[in-house]
This record gives sequence, C-alpha cells and structure tokens, in this order.
Amino acid sequence: MVEILELLVTGFAVAFQPQNLMLVIVGCTVGLFIGAMPGLGSVNGVAILLPLTFLVPPTGAVIFLAAIYYGAMYGGAISSVMLGIPGASTAVATTFDGRPLAKQGLADKALTAAAVASFVGGTISVVLFTFFAPPLAHVALVFGAPEEFALMMLAFATFIGLGGDDLYKTVFSICIGLVLSAVGLDIISGEPRLIFGNITGFLHGINFLVLAIGIYGIGEMLWTIEEHRKAGGQSMMSKATVTVKRTIGNLKEITRTWKTLLMGSTLGYFVGILPAAGATPGSLMAYGVAKQISKNPEKFGKGALDGVAAPESANNAASTGSMLPMLTLGIPGSPTTAILLGGMVIWGLEPGPRLFVDHQDFVWGLIASLYAANLFAVIINIAFIPLIIWVLKLPFTILAPLIFVLCLIGGYAPTQDLHDVWLMLLFGIVGYLMRKLDYPLAPAVLAIVLGPLAEPALRQSLLISGGKFDIFFTRPYSGPIMVTAIILLLLPAIKPLVRRLRKRG
Amino acid sequence: MKALRRKLLVHGLALGAGLALTAGTASTALAEFQPKKPIEFVVMAGKGGGADKAVRFFQSIIAENNLAPVPVTPINKPGGTGAEALVYLNGKKGDDHTIMFTLNSFYTTPLRQPALGVDIAEFTPIARMAEDTFLLWVHSDRKDINNVDDFVKAAKAKGSGWIMAGTGKASEDNLLTDFLNSAYGLNMKYVPYKGGGKVAKELAGKNADSTVNNPSEQLGFYQAGNTKPLAAFTPQRLPMFKDTPTFRELGQDMVYFMQRTVVGAPGMSKEAQAYYTDLFSKVYNSDKWQKYLKDKSLQGDLLTGDALMDYWKREREVHRKMLIKMGAISG
Repeated sequence: MVEILELLVTGFAVAFQPQNLMLVIVGCTVGLFIGAMPGLGSVNGVAILLPLTFLVPPTGAVIFLAAIYYGAMYGGAISSVMLGIPGASTAVATTFDGRPLAKQGLADKALTAAAVASFVGGTISVVLFTFFAPPLAHVALVFGAPEEFALMMLAFATFIGLGGDDLYKTVFSICIGLVLSAVGLDIISGEPRLIFGNITGFLHGINFLVLAIGIYGIGEMLWTIEEHRKAGGQSMMSKATVTVKRTIGNLKEITRTWKTLLMGSTLGYFVGILPAAGATPGSLMAYGVAKQISKNPEKFGKGALDGVAAPESANNAASTGSMLPMLTLGIPGSPTTAILLGGMVIWGLEPGPRLFVDHQDFVWGLIASLYAANLFAVIINIAFIPLIIWVLKLPFTILAPLIFVLCLIGGYAPTQDLHDVWLMLLFGIVGYLMRKLDYPLAPAVLAIVLGPLAEPALRQSLLISGGKFDIFFTRPYSGPIMVTAIILLLLPAIKPLVRRLRKRG
Repeated sequence: MKALRRKLLVHGLALGAGLALTAGTASTALAEFQPKKPIEFVVMAGKGGGADKAVRFFQSIIAENNLAPVPVTPINKPGGTGAEALVYLNGKKGDDHTIMFTLNSFYTTPLRQPALGVDIAEFTPIARMAEDTFLLWVHSDRKDINNVDDFVKAAKAKGSGWIMAGTGKASEDNLLTDFLNSAYGLNMKYVPYKGGGKVAKELAGKNADSTVNNPSEQLGFYQAGNTKPLAAFTPQRLPMFKDTPTFRELGQDMVYFMQRTVVGAPGMSKEAQAYYTDLFSKVYNSDKWQKYLKDKSLQGDLLTGDALMDYWKREREVHRKMLIKMGAISG
C-alpha cells in the first residue's frame, strides 16, 4: 500500500511537469471537440493524432493521447444531449434522457450532469485502478468466450427486462438490429453474409454509427420538420439559459444522484476491465440498473437526471478500466485503446505483464495524468456549456442544414465509404417511419452494438464445448453472470406474480 | 523484348535504390516521380490490429525522417479477410497515390473467392518489409509438456477436446493447425478469434490449450513467464529462441512465413513504383525498423520489383496446394 502511494507520488511528479501538464490541457480540449462531433469520436481522433506523438517522449505521448481519449468521453455526451445523435457507441444511453431534458429547455442541466458524472466516474475508477490493477488483471485474463457471452446477455437483460415499452415491438426492433449486425464477414467460417449479391460496401459490415446517425440524426430531423410545420414555423425546442444561479441549482440537484453515480462508476469500471467489452455495454448496463433501483422508474426516458448520470459515470469509468487489459495484457479493452497499443509499439514499449515492472515511470506517469486529465476535463467542459447552449438558440432553419452536414460527415468518417452514407440516409427514412408507427428504436441500436460482440463469443463457446450449452453455467465466472441475466430477463413476468401473491398473503 | 527491357529497368531501379542508400544520397536520377497529394496507405485489417500497428509504425518513421513531401494517411479496410481492401485497390487501376500493406490473405482470399475478380499478379510490387515467423506455444503451467513429443501425447489424449486458438478461418493459423493435425495424427479443435493479441491472451488465460502465434503476439506473456514455445516453423532456429528446435529438426518439413509487404495499385506508373520502392527501402534500412525486426523476431530480407513478383507467384502456388489439401477450395 505504502509502495503504491510512493509510486503514485513519483507518477505525479512526472504528470505535473509543465510540458506534460500542457499536453493534458491541450489534449482534453481537443478531445472534447472530437468527441462532440458525431462520427469522429475518440478512435479516429487518437488515430489521426498518433503520428504527432513522436515529437515528445513516450510518457508525454501517452499522456496526450489519454487526455484526448478522456476529453472525447466527456464530449460524447454533448452531441447526445444537443442533437440526440450519439457521437460514439458509448454515448447511446446518454441520449435516452439527455435529449428529453434538452427538449424541455434543460439542456444546461443535462450537460452539467454529464460533466459531473464523467468526473465522478473517471475519478473513482482511477482510484480503483491505482490500488487494484494487478489482481484485476488476473480476472481479465481468465475471462474467456463463455464469460464474454454471459456478460453480453446480462447487458441485454438489464435493458430489456425492464419492460415498459410494447414487448413485441421491442423484440421486433432487437431482431432488426441483430440482422443488421450479422451483415459482413462471419469471423468463424470466414464467409461473407448478407452482402446482397456482391456489394463490396457490405463486406465491412454495418457500422453502428451508420444506423445510429441515420435514425437519430436524419430520422429525428424528418420528425422535427414535420412538427415544425404543424406548429406553424415555431421551433419545438424550448430555450435553455445559463446563469450562475441556475448552475449552482443544477449542481445541487446532481449531488442528489450520488447513489446512481457510485453505482455507475463501479459497474462501469468492472465491465471496462474485461477485454473486448469496452465502455458501451458498461454504460447501457448502468442505465438499466439505475432504472431498476430508482424509486421513479417511469420517469426514465422522459428526462430523468439519473438517466444521464448513470451512463456518463459508467462510460468514463469504463474507459479508465479498459486501460488495464491494454497495459497488463496487451489486449485492447476498446477500439481506442487498440490505437494506444499501436502507439506503445511505436514508442518502443512492450505492453504486457512486464510493463508494470519494467517501465514504472511510464505506467505511473500515465495513471497520475488520468487524475489530472479528469480535473481539467470537467473544468473545460463546464466552461464550454454556455457556448454549446448558444448554438441551440440558432433558428431551426440554420441548425437543420448544419446537423444534416454533420450527419453526412459522421456517416462517412468511420469507414470512408460513400456506400455507408447512402445506407445511413435509408436508415433515416426507415427510422422515421418506424417512429411514426411507434416502434422503439433504441433496442435496434443496442442490438447492433452488442450483436457483433455476443455472436462470436457464443459460437466460440459452443465450438469449445462441442455444442453443449452447459459451458455457460459450469464455469466459475460465467455461471453466476448467466443466472443473473436470466433472472433479470424473467423479471417482468415474475413481478406481477409476486405482487399477486403478496396481495393474497 | 519489351518485357525484357521492363525487367532490366526494374532491376536497375532496385539496384539504383540500393546504391543510393549505401551512398547515403536522398534520391536517384530514375526516381523522378514526386507525390502531389497525400499517399493513401490501405490497411487490410481494422484499427489496432497487427497490420494496422505496422502501418502506423511506417507512418511515424516516414514522418520522423521527413522521407516524403506529403503525409501518409492510413485507411482501414478490414472487411472479408482482406477482400474489401483487395477489391478497393484493384479498383484504383493506374493510381500513383494508393499503396497497401498486405499479409498472406493476399494469396488465400482471391483463391477462395474468385468472384472478387482480383489477380494479384496485376498488382505493383513495391517492397517486402519482413517475413513473420510462427511458433507452437503452450502455457508454462503445463509442466508435463516440454517438447513436441509431450505435446503430441497430451493432445492425443484429449482428442477433439484439445483447443487450438487462432485468428480467423482458413488463415495462416488454421493452415498450421491442419498441418499439425495431419502430421501427428491429432484431432485438435481449431477455434477462431479476432486478432492475434486476443489469441495470445486466450492461451495465457488457459481458455485454449495451444496456439501458433507470431513471436510479436506472444512476447509480453512469454517474457512474463506465462507461455513457452515448443518448436518453430522456420528453417533455422530463431536467434531469440535459441533453445527452441525447428520442426525441420524434428523431422517434419514444415516451414511457413507470413509476408509483411507493401503493394501498389495495378498499373501504377514505373516512376511512381520506383519512388515507393526507394521510399520503403529507406524505411526498411532505418534504425527503428531494424530494431523492430530484431525485437519481434521477424525474418526476411528486403525484396522488391520482379523478385517480389516471382515470390508472390511462388507463394500463391504453395497456398493453392494448401487450400486444396484442407478442402477450402477444389482443385
């Protein structure tokens, strides 16, 4: 324990060198904007800026990239709240309640909550990282395909088991998402699937962003245009304002969500350390659990502050968590850490179990810089809120074309293929029609994010077990996770039963 | 006659590039081409994979030493085990600003999917930067397995319960697993994962019994004492693993490498080809790349021009035979 604190102090000495501190501040600011642009996201931001890093020593380089990663995690919430378009898969859950809050003229409250939640999540997870890195690395190591699948089931279950929406329509929406996620190369058999003859654009599969930007960006815009016309040209968005008094009031209200923040941070961190899971399942699960334990679950989806606090604390906690398998196992926990891993090779470092022993300066400098990055990111983020609110005040006729262009860029950026832009427009129209028919769209987005993670894990497990499903229940980690998932799935069926029994009793 | 002249010219170019390097001059009289817009560097894999890391490594060497007047921008085309990237490059006929970094799926994917209409003999050879090596690995806790004989005994006892983890179906790892199965009469089960790093981790976490990873993929776990190599698929012992025998020593003639090669669009101009050959020869000879080759136990000399094309044609036939043998394609 004392040894860890000593190492952390030396780490702080590295992180607070003027040059490194500058890199943290610049990185956080750049990251904030990268994250706020739908489609750009931390993956592309870090990849684009990677070649710049040979100008500074390795420790400075990783601090810079980690700060961008962090800043982007804060920024991701901005487009979710303001435009209703998740800029990255990690921010999907933030749209569920962040967007309704913005529509009620409370965008400032949603953004402040997102910033504070990110800060709490980030800080709690860095503390956990500082003290429990090596033992948790072991858990990440033994986590195999059956455990991964069980975790994905849990993510689905926490989300679906909540009920609320029309069950049949929810299942329908999930199935559409799963079918879309199956397009492209099948990693087990190596054969292309659902490529419509031989359209090469389908070979790389359908990126989650193409669907998300399509239905939330384009679809939402079509929806708004219709409402706008009905309202006789009046904008549907009520205006938010920012004053010091309001901000203090917001902060007070946010402190009341402390339970959710604590839950989201811990859950996010533990899901984040599992290789290949990343921050997306973590944030979705946190949202589901927050709704489950809330006293007012009916408020979720209509602008509950807890619904913003949970996913935002979880996705930041998970992004710290995903650094753990990267540093200790050389396995990226998320697409962005995969790029960071490439960076470490360029800087001549070998990620793996020896890194904590051989390169203490590097590791502890990075950990210490995460503390600093959190602090600066929250300050920068809150400072920019008035600017962001001002953008919302633009007339719809100006805002709409801007959003449309952002959507097109966002659809093109991840794969750099025009095919995906057309696909996105198509999804936009279909999404609009589905919405008119009152189908929930979030489950489809959830399925396209989790599908590609769950499917290979399921098939690898069944290959290992020779087709027997008991592999998910007999292993020490996957068993309990799977049972919990099944209980959660059955909850909507059990709840009324319990209630009836109680009445009788 | 024309072909011969072209051949001589390319050889001359390669020689010229080599001389220029030894003489330390920046460019040759033959390399008149200068890129006018950013060079698109296609990666046959997703962001963060082995190929992606290498491309970004090249990018940093080129930028650091100011080797090109324009930026090099990596662009990922991971779909269909290289199919997406191959089709993309094939569609860039005559383009002087698009190059690609390729592996052995360069041979196997067009063979398995003739519908793609890709003939690798039409691509422009630029430079083979290395050949990656393969070893057979098991977990260090398997005290009962210290050589290939022990391995065969243990794998036989477990039958199809023995899990061999690898990257993708009909991939390099799959070919080697099939070889081991037929050479030693084993029935190991091949389970494909996404990415060599993931495969290495599955072995270290004991979710798989063995792997045929590249040294670069297993290095972290090997150095930490989690995994150990049993034998190498190389002609000679590797300098980094002096105590590990080769399969050839053990009486099995199995030598297998994975190319790590830069290839240009089909019909690229000769001047541009000469330019990129020169550029990547410089990258190959940079201290950073040489150190990387040594650290990650990579083999293979620099190969350019017609020699590289001949190598491709030879390797394609080798892979054709392998794929027929494993039943992935019909003869």
